[in-house]
Amino acid sequence: MTFHHPQEDILMSYTAGALGESWSLAVASHMTFCPECRSSVALVEELGGFLLEEHDPVPLSELALTVAQEQLDLQAVEQVAINSAVVSSIPVPLRDYIGDTVDEVKWQSIGGGVYQHLISTQDGDQARLLQIPAGKSVPEHGHGGRELTLVLSGSFSDENGEFVAGDIEDVSEEVTHQPLAGTGDNCICLVVTDSALKFKGLIPRFVQPFISI
Amino acid sequence: MEQAHTTHNVGFLGQKENNVIAGLLIGVERPARDEEKSKKVVTNISLERIKLNNLLVELASKRDKEVFSELFSYFAPRLKSMLMGTGTDPETAEEVAQEAMISVWRKCEMYDSKKASASTWIFTIARNLRIDRFRREKRPEFDPNDPSLVPAAEPMADDQLALNDRKAVVETALNELPDEQREVVKLSFVAGLSHQEIADQLSLPLGTVKSRLRLSFEKLRTSLRSQI
Repeated sequence: MTFHHPQEDILMSYTAGALGESWSLAVASHMTFCPECRSSVALVEELGGFLLEEHDPVPLSELALTVAQEQLDLQAVEQVAINSAVVSSIPVPLRDYIGDTVDEVKWQSIGGGVYQHLISTQDGDQARLLQIPAGKSVPEHGHGGRELTLVLSGSFSDENGEFVAGDIEDVSEEVTHQPLAGTGDNCICLVVTDSALKFKGLIPRFVQPFISI
Repeated sequence: MEQAHTTHNVGFLGQKENNVIAGLLIGVERPARDEEKSKKVVTNISLERIKLNNLLVELASKRDKEVFSELFSYFAPRLKSMLMGTGTDPETAEEVAQEAMISVWRKCEMYDSKKASASTWIFTIARNLRIDRFRREKRPEFDPNDPSLVPAAEPMADDQLALNDRKAVVETALNELPDEQREVVKLSFVAGLSHQEIADQLSLPLGTVKSRLRLSFEKLRTSLRSQI
């Protein structure tokens, strides 16, 4: 059971299909851990269904149904997929991006014992994995925009509380925080940030990773 | 706020004037409601919904093209209408509506009538098609068969309410939203606009879009919980 969730506007936008790829990745992955957000998304999907019903029908062309029917026989029927994938700390939505387990991830050192792995997404925002050594902290930083942090393993704590596997910290630009990884396991998180955080050219590249997390 | 309409069995009244574009941009004039009449409408709508849900289940078990055409005649024109609300031209909207209905045929064995109404399930199919077609990026999706899935410790209270009652709650909640919140919800759901796109279109600060979406969700959840 998780205790920290994305804010409701993000869940609404995710369900509407209006949320960018990076953010959707964090929300979909969080849902694996979080029955409460699954339930919220299901409720909001009802809203989508209702909005569909509410539309005044616009007639299709005369042949539209016939054309569609003719294609039915050519369709392969889809069944519920039985997922035989390995159990790991990586939720399925994230596996398409980084592999089935965290062992497959190619880490890049960003100093202070902290490692990152940039994830390629097409929405112009930045998704990355971050590994913080147990008991260590990331330098205090502010945000140029919104930041979602989903804990995959280990834990961290900051001014807003303690975050364990499955929790999401959803912070806006006003927030300055200094996450400290819990003792025990290294803390591995998925971090999504606005594109606004890329301070191209203004700040030396080596400090960028710290500022942009 | 119309307090008289907070019970879940009162709500949807043929708001045909509530056509998307008009609703989106100029706010919606709602007719005065007659409670008796509206209860009757709700009953008819519930019956229609149960029929549609059953048709979808039947489609999976029988693979019958007659059943398909019944579903098609209800949903395809609404899908086309919804897609046109996003600014899609009628031809493309029709194509995507057809494509969505063909997906319904392909995927109907995955439909679970205990979990979602037919319209909700078809909404999600159309939403995904719209993203595939009009956005370059992917939409990572939650996987209910994820081996890492953390199940609910106990059944979620919010999931206990019968589907039809849930839908009635959603209708009432949506109809009771202040116009400014309804507008943002519709731009998000019907037009598929991001926070930033909505902010740009309505010349609002991003924070206002965010808070309107949050408030509308709160309204939905509060309405649901008041029924449990």
